[in-house]
Amino acid sequence: MTTIVAPKAAPAREVEKDASMVKQKEMMAAHYDRLTSAPKTGEKVVSTFVPGNLNELIMCFGLLNNLPEVNAIQSGLRRQSGAYVLEAEKIGHSEDVCTYVKSDIGMMAKGNIGPNGKRLPDPDVLLLSYTGCFTFMKWFELLREQYKCETIMLHTPYMGDGKITPNMIEYMVKQFKGEVIPALERISGVKFDIDRLREYLKKSVRAEDDLVRVLQSAKHKPSPIDAYFGGIYYIGPIFGAFRGTDDAIEYYQFLREEVEARVAAGKGPVTPDGDMGQERYRLVVEGPPNYTNFRQFWKMFYDEGAVVVASSYTKVGGVYDFGFRHDPDKPLETLAEYCLGVYTNRNLPMRIDMLARYVDEYEADGLLINSIKSCNSFSAGQLLIMREVEKRTGKPGAFIESDLVDPRYFSAANIKNRLESYFQMIEQKRAAARAAA
Amino acid sequence: MATSLNGSKTASIIGRAQALFDDLNFTAAREWKAAAPGRKVIGYMPIYVPREIIHAAGFLPLGIVGGGDQLEVIHGDAYYQSYICRIPRSTIELGVSGRLDFVDGMLFPSICDVIRNLSGMWKIMFPSVYVRYFDVPQNYRDEIGGNFYVHELAELMEGLGELRGRPVSEEELRHSIAVYNENRRLVRELYTFRAKCPWLAPGAEVYLVLRAGLVLPVEEHSALIRDYLAAAASEERPMRDNCRIVLTGVFCEQPPLNLIKSLELAGCYVVDDDLLLVTRWLTADVETEGNPLQNLALAFLHHSESTAAKYEPDLKEKGQHLVRAVRRANAEGVIFACPSFCDPALLERPMLQHVLKDANIPYIAFKYAENSGQMQPIREQAGTFADSIKLWSGT
Repeated sequence: MTTIVAPKAAPAREVEKDASMVKQKEMMAAHYDRLTSAPKTGEKVVSTFVPGNLNELIMCFGLLNNLPEVNAIQSGLRRQSGAYVLEAEKIGHSEDVCTYVKSDIGMMAKGNIGPNGKRLPDPDVLLLSYTGCFTFMKWFELLREQYKCETIMLHTPYMGDGKITPNMIEYMVKQFKGEVIPALERISGVKFDIDRLREYLKKSVRAEDDLVRVLQSAKHKPSPIDAYFGGIYYIGPIFGAFRGTDDAIEYYQFLREEVEARVAAGKGPVTPDGDMGQERYRLVVEGPPNYTNFRQFWKMFYDEGAVVVASSYTKVGGVYDFGFRHDPDKPLETLAEYCLGVYTNRNLPMRIDMLARYVDEYEADGLLINSIKSCNSFSAGQLLIMREVEKRTGKPGAFIESDLVDPRYFSAANIKNRLESYFQMIEQKRAAARAAA
Repeated sequence: MATSLNGSKTASIIGRAQALFDDLNFTAAREWKAAAPGRKVIGYMPIYVPREIIHAAGFLPLGIVGGGDQLEVIHGDAYYQSYICRIPRSTIELGVSGRLDFVDGMLFPSICDVIRNLSGMWKIMFPSVYVRYFDVPQNYRDEIGGNFYVHELAELMEGLGELRGRPVSEEELRHSIAVYNENRRLVRELYTFRAKCPWLAPGAEVYLVLRAGLVLPVEEHSALIRDYLAAAASEERPMRDNCRIVLTGVFCEQPPLNLIKSLELAGCYVVDDDLLLVTRWLTADVETEGNPLQNLALAFLHHSESTAAKYEPDLKEKGQHLVRAVRRANAEGVIFACPSFCDPALLERPMLQHVLKDANIPYIAFKYAENSGQMQPIREQAGTFADSIKLWSGT
């Protein structure tokens, strides 16, 4: 009898991480443990969104910040979101709509198990910070239907004319005073202390300063960071539950020092396969990434020596690199200004200006758009954005399509083909420029 | 639907409305503008803008609801990915092809991210046009959302005044509010009439009459509704053994006219709908005395339609507007017709369906695009739904 011996699978290669990524992972793990322990510890939980995340205000009431978008990302990275999306579609949600929502709803239907393998608690309150995305409103109406908990709407007007008006600020401050703060006081049993808020905001500024220095380090050649794939790790704490904390200050200081050391050593970014080789292409990327095949997606870039030097996605939880900082002297007004200024709350001409500026200031080879099937807030208008940025910068643009957390919309071969064509196009442009010189 | 209208007054009115509907060059609006110097046309998209302010400036509000199923979209598709709905691409087609070259301003109301982003695209593509994203409050307290909205209205009024070269006065606005109050009363009357005797006012006719209001000056539109009501009431048409349904989800991208006709051919009288909500967004007369902007704001906060683009602060109240619409129109079921890739309609749908289920109201759902051509599946689905209601309701 012949015995067939199956070949042993090669051991999975250890993913390389820089020290800041390890630290960030520990912070996130501790936060999830705190969240899943909330039913035991008695801490109350508020669910809210990354754009318009009011972490400093939430902390004033001793509430724990839970972000369904981040949960969906975690599900995507762990390859669980596909099943969650299908579950949501099975119970009546359209295949056409946002997969973050469906991943969240599917996760809830399957027991709401968080990334630490424990059940996430039901929220005590939904803080519907309606900022830059229409779907947010429906998402929390859908969650409210399930959890039957109190829901607070904070409406951030859209910057349709590309500016923040006094009327917008006044409207938002009135909502803070008349709706948000009284409701959070009632739910938490904690009286609002504006000086406490000021203290948290002071801490936010310190972390924001360091974040900006990290992001702007990509102006160096070679860039010491990847401002899209790596950038997603960098924004985690400040866009999540850590803005305004000592942990965030420590993390961003640590990260900045780490990045400065890479600049001094003339090193490029750390990728999952170790230090990136020679930097061949510098790109600006518009749009969120795909999370279900995140590592595979990133590899398509670093294998070709492509590094992302600036991205719009790392601005969805706040745009800090043009000067905005939370202002402790105007605590409520500054929260309003923060919400109004997040990337997806900016009109298309503002987004085009930003991206064209990134291409110029970071000396990029062009703009790449990753268009996300289920995110109209980002995606509607991106083809015009690409053309306008190409026109203004004279640099070529490219367009790929995928989805955030729905694996059905990630076509590796298709994306790889397009990227390779794009890199060839950049080479041709360079050759033409050399010939003309 | 009865077809023996040859030569009747109704046929003549519907013929005119159909011609306006078919005209993708907006000839009527062009002629209105050309009839006197200084006239301007302000386009607006769904779901709601205060047309009173445009009217008060002496301008013509022109409703733009996409290109329908007769417009070949050539350029528009180059601006959008395949997973974006149809209305922005056909609207861009209208713009790029010069069909809107007489339009002096465009308003993009707060309804969804696609229309929101289209406002920025329009600014870039048509830089000489007055473009405004029209935001509305999601907070319904007078001193919070109300104040914000009054400022937004004032900015719009100021912008249109600048376009005219002379500020719009409160007196002009009060007059326009009264004119639109009259129009809304007539639209409500039209809907009440149809709910009472849908065989005399078929869904497709009511739609065309309503749709004419997007192109005609309001005074002419009011006259058209009056004429139609009188003509339809005197028409002799057979009452069919159809079921009575509320059509919902159709508040932005428009269904093809054939879809509305198909529902009735399949045995469903449409007795209420959320088509062209701008014509009846405000559900009661707006006060004509006092501060007109304040009055428009109060009407918006306290007397306006519920729809997916509006936040409903009260969980118990969520979806009840649909149950009330069913009861009010004595309907037997609801048809959810949602445009493909329409975030507001499709995200809202499961919540509304849960409310209907709790209220024991039957429903079906399907999707469409403004250029859908194949109606047979919809007709079959609607026909089965009608049969099931007729055969099994009450058992």
